Order: sequence, then structure tokens, then C-alpha cells
Amino acid sequence: MSKQDAKTVLKRPVFDDNPVVLGMLGICSALAVTTGLEPTIVMCFALTAVCAISNLCIAMVRNHIPSNIRIIVQMTVIASLVIVVDQVLQAFAYDTAKQLSVFVGLIITNCIVMGRAEAFAMSNPPGLSFIDGIGNGLGYSVVLLFVGTIRELFGSGSLFGFEILKLVENDGWYVGNGMMLLPPSAFFIIGGFIWLLREWKTNQVEQKEFKIAHQVNREAHI
Amino acid sequence: MLEDYISLFIRAVFIENLALSFFLGMCTFIAISKKVETAIGLGIAVVVVQVVTVPVNNLLYNFLLKEGSLAWAGLPEMDLSFLGFLTYIGVIAAIVQILEMFLDKYVPALYHALGVFLPLITVNCAILGGSLFMVERDYNFGESVVYGIGGGVGWALAIVALAGIREKLKYSDIPDGLQGLGITFITVGLCSLGFMSFGGMSI
Repeated sequence: MSKQDAKTVLKRPVFDDNPVVLGMLGICSALAVTTGLEPTIVMCFALTAVCAISNLCIAMVRNHIPSNIRIIVQMTVIASLVIVVDQVLQAFAYDTAKQLSVFVGLIITNCIVMGRAEAFAMSNPPGLSFIDGIGNGLGYSVVLLFVGTIRELFGSGSLFGFEILKLVENDGWYVGNGMMLLPPSAFFIIGGFIWLLREWKTNQVEQKEFKIAHQVNREAHI
Repeated sequence: MLEDYISLFIRAVFIENLALSFFLGMCTFIAISKKVETAIGLGIAVVVVQVVTVPVNNLLYNFLLKEGSLAWAGLPEMDLSFLGFLTYIGVIAAIVQILEMFLDKYVPALYHALGVFLPLITVNCAILGGSLFMVERDYNFGESVVYGIGGGVGWALAIVALAGIREKLKYSDIPDGLQGLGITFITVGLCSLGFMSFGGMSI
């Protein structure tokens, strides 16, 4: 493990080993905050920062943590970092912080952060763990930005609040697709994203549990 | 009074379903919904933990953390609400641990039925989410008990429904790329669309 170079550690989680698509990790917030691009980007930064710094901290003390209380230690580190992020957001981006509501707090239970701390930071040096945290944050951000762009563009015809597709209400031609702003569309878009990614990287395809047999025309054999 | 509680309960179960309209607990929701039996086990565990943690966190928030709540200790200007996250997650981790030991000693049947799900629940966003929503909406103690039950039941209902669908789904012919996770997401999307139809209800 320790032979991995920084570049692969940074790049691998983005497409080849994406934490959201392959690991089913951290989906909760990926769906909830993506109605507009602005909260999405704030969330991406928050998660990447927490993930990278918590990896760094945990990697630094990894040899001193008794293994039976490691989960509590990790959780305390992560929760403290999330408190910092939350306070920063409330001080400098109050409106967005209000919009994100409970989801900033939910970074604590975001499985990506916990998962990386447990799987990577506990067995790797601090520098590499820090990069791994950033890499996984980026992998998460790619999915979020994809979903956020589609939802804001087709839902309210704008990106970052600037109008791209002129809405009918403003004498334009585009009728906003209200469903894009509702929860179900987030599921559909992530489902579609997974489909696209797996058509491109076919080694990620899951095996079927039951193969459909070819239909046999019984009468023809008699 | 009772009507308020009933309406809050219905709202927590159907209209503001934690899993399908707030996307909470999605990771476990999708990972552990392949069989109805395990889904029921996990669902019950979530209800039990939710019922205990939300009211406890409510008490802690109202008597320790909220601005001005330390007046009884002679510190009327103290505002510890920034310590919220750390407190809630600590409480949840501790309660899950206590519950585990309690069930192991007194109700071993339930303990074995819940199995590995109980410790997993600590990192379930639905549990922490329930507590955070309770704080954000400023529920009183009675409301927080009802919200805890309602939120847990709603989540359990959603995961059992999804598991039922997925059990049938594995026999169907799905494009390779959509196999597994992809089709599950689309199914959850359709479930969520169904639950949205409760949205217009007012009780």
C-alpha cells in the first residue's frame, strides 16, 4: 500500500473508484443539496476539506489509537472539524448555510469521510492520506456537480442563479421542469449517471444474480 | 393537543419521510435492502434507536446547549449550541452501545435478530438527521418523542417497501450498465414520486 504514488491516489477515486458510484457512500447529501449549483459547490468544498483534514489528523495519530476505540476517536475528530466548517459557513455564507440546513451537520455521518479514515488513513502516512482525502472529495464533487448542473439548468433555467434558458415567466421560451427541483429527479439523475459511467468503464458492471435464459420454443421440439 | 401529535406523526411518516424526501440514511438504505427479512430487522432497530435518541438530544439541547438554557447553573449568557454536533453524535454512539448491552442481557432474542445492524446505526444519517431536524424545528419534549417514532417508522416503511421491490427485481432483465445500483436508484426515485403524492394532505 505504501508504494502508491500521490498521483494515482489523487486520481483513482474520481472515475475508477468513485466513492459515490461504486461504494454507495455518502449518497444522502449528494441528493439533498443539489437543487442549485451554489449550495452544491459549498457542500463539495465543505466535504473535501473535512475529508482531507480528518484523514491528515487521523493518519498522524494512527499509531497511538487503541484499535478498539478507533471509531469513537475518528468520530470525535470528524465532528470537531464539521463544527469548524459549520461555524465558518454561518459566518461568511449565511444564506447558503441556511439553505443547506442540517446537511452540513450530516457530513459527520457521511460514510465517505468515515470510510476513508478507517480504510486509508489508519494505514498510510499523513501526506498520502491528505491527498487521498482530496481525491475522494473530488470524486464526490464530480457526481454532485453533474447532478447539480442538470437540476438547476433544467429545473429553473439558470446556472449559479444567472438565467441561461430564458423562462416563460420572463418573456422567454423555456418552461421550467418543476420535477427537476423535487426529490425523485435526483434519484433518476444519479441512476443515469451510474449507467453512463458503467457503459464507459465496463469493469464496474455488477454481475447479474440470475441470468435470463434464452426462450425455448417447446412446441417446435415435439 | 392530541390532534397536533397525530398530525405530526402522519407528517413524519408519510409527507416528510426521512428516506424518500430528505434522502437520509441512503447508504444503509440502499446497501441493506436486498432482502425483506434483513430490511425489517434494520427498520425495527432504527425505530428503537430513533425513539430514544431524539428525546434525549431534545432534553440536552433545551437544558444544556441552547442559548440562555444554562440559566439554572447561573450562566444565563452561555450559548453552547455550537457544540451541538459533537454532543448529538456522542449521545447516539453511547445510546446505541447501551442499547446493545441492554438487549444482549435482557432481550437476547431481539438482540440476535438485530445482529450487526445495531452498531451500524451509529453512522446512519437518518438518526443524526432526526436529531438535527428536531433542533432546527424547535420541537418540545412531547413533539420530539412523536417525531422520533414517526421518523423511525417512516424510514422502516420505506426500506421494507424497497426491499420487497428489489426481491422481485432481481429476476428481471435489466441493461448491463444499470444492473444493481443503477436500477435501485431509479426504483427509489419512483418510490419517492409515490410518496410525494402524500404531500397535498393536510390533517
